Amino acid sequence: MFDYYNLTPLLRSIHAFMCGIMPEWLAMTIEGIAVGLFIMIMYAILAIILIYMERKVCATFQCRIGPNRVGGKGGLLQVPADVIKILTKEIIYLKDNDKFLYGLAPFLVITASILTFSCLPWNKGGEILHMDIGIFFVLAASSIGVLGILLAGWSSNSKYTLIGAVRSGAMIISYELSIGISVLTMVILSGAMDIQAIVSNQSDGWNIFKGHIPALMAFIIYLIAGNAEANRAPFDLAEAEQELTAGYHTEYSGMHFGFFYLAEYLNLFITAGIAVTLFLGGWMPLHISGLDAFNAIMDYIPGVIWFVGKTFFIVFILMWIRWTFPRLRIDQVLILEWKYLMPLSLFVLLLMTVCKVFGWVF
Amino acid sequence: MFFIFLIVVILTAVALVVAAMTIARLVAPRSFNPQKGEPYECGIPTRGDSWVQFRAGYYLFAILFLMFDIETVFLFPWAVVVAEVGPYALVSITVFLLILVLGLAYAWKKGALEWK
Repeated sequence: MFDYYNLTPLLRSIHAFMCGIMPEWLAMTIEGIAVGLFIMIMYAILAIILIYMERKVCATFQCRIGPNRVGGKGGLLQVPADVIKILTKEIIYLKDNDKFLYGLAPFLVITASILTFSCLPWNKGGEILHMDIGIFFVLAASSIGVLGILLAGWSSNSKYTLIGAVRSGAMIISYELSIGISVLTMVILSGAMDIQAIVSNQSDGWNIFKGHIPALMAFIIYLIAGNAEANRAPFDLAEAEQELTAGYHTEYSGMHFGFFYLAEYLNLFITAGIAVTLFLGGWMPLHISGLDAFNAIMDYIPGVIWFVGKTFFIVFILMWIRWTFPRLRIDQVLILEWKYLMPLSLFVLLLMTVCKVFGWVF
Repeated sequence: MFFIFLIVVILTAVALVVAAMTIARLVAPRSFNPQKGEPYECGIPTRGDSWVQFRAGYYLFAILFLMFDIETVFLFPWAVVVAEVGPYALVSITVFLLILVLGLAYAWKKGALEWK
């Protein structure tokens, strides 16, 4: 039987075949371009799906229909139409802004987002960047994004963007601690930083079941902090529409603004993807010990479908949170992190250490 | 192999931005008007200078963040070997966190976490 759970042999044979018919440097170049195009296409498709999903979910929570005119019954072509619209909008150049930093900011935001995006484990052997310190690299790469946000706000020559950027900077760096500590908690449980190793360790049960109470607490902390990292309500102070217009990207127009919008939605997907990798078993199918027939059926579903399915489930939960809770004030946001979430996550870290050392995990 | 792909990924990100901006520049209309160069803010003309000062409170949180972020970086190598080291790992982390939490408690008591 063809083992579609492991993509490594397939990719190896493609590489060997390419090297057979052409010199190695050419094969590597073509493969590099293929990987690059793959990332770009996935990035664009996912953004369109996520924006459409957000609109429909938001509409459902607000008891209305959402986009339903463009492209037949469900309004499916609304988002592609918006993409074309945003591409054809005029890019306005401001008079007194810092031109270099203003232009650099979208590059940083997109780079951070694509670097973390390419670390996601889509399938066994199906991630683009594979390294021993995977999850650590994800944390490092994702923190480049806040630089882009600060630069965008600072260089725009506008009071609103400056306030939006410092708010968002303070919030993102604060919640990064909670994310870092809950990731650390799961690293203790798995005993590995390699993303594929973390997923493989969950073959006999997802981490959220293996680590019981501390893992569950870390999962909830991760979801709260991840929501703040993705700059979404109830933590969307950076772009609180009623007070700051659009926050740090008020002065960006056309496609320039599009990059921030794109990165915001992809960061939502990446946050959910990392949550799935760490807590919900990545591409591992759901197994219930004892029910062998059920487990065998679950094994037939390819890993990539498991991963994407679970990720979209977490994305749905994050959207649910966004459209349910009212926005917090900046001091409330920072106090929530520093006085409650952070001591709690340190406590969870200790609890997990105790459980791991005395073998109280499954 | 890894570094080749790392370079490929970074180049992809740069290419995505450059390509989209090039398309936008070719397709989008261009018109000049001195009013367009003004900051938009909330839509009415800006008053005074746009390079304003902001709260020093944000700065305090950035300093606190540094302390705890470096702590997380130090803890990652420890986290991988907890199972092998055993109870000694628990003792060392308790001492480490105790010293660290003292810092947070001091900042808390000094009122650095308040928003006045």
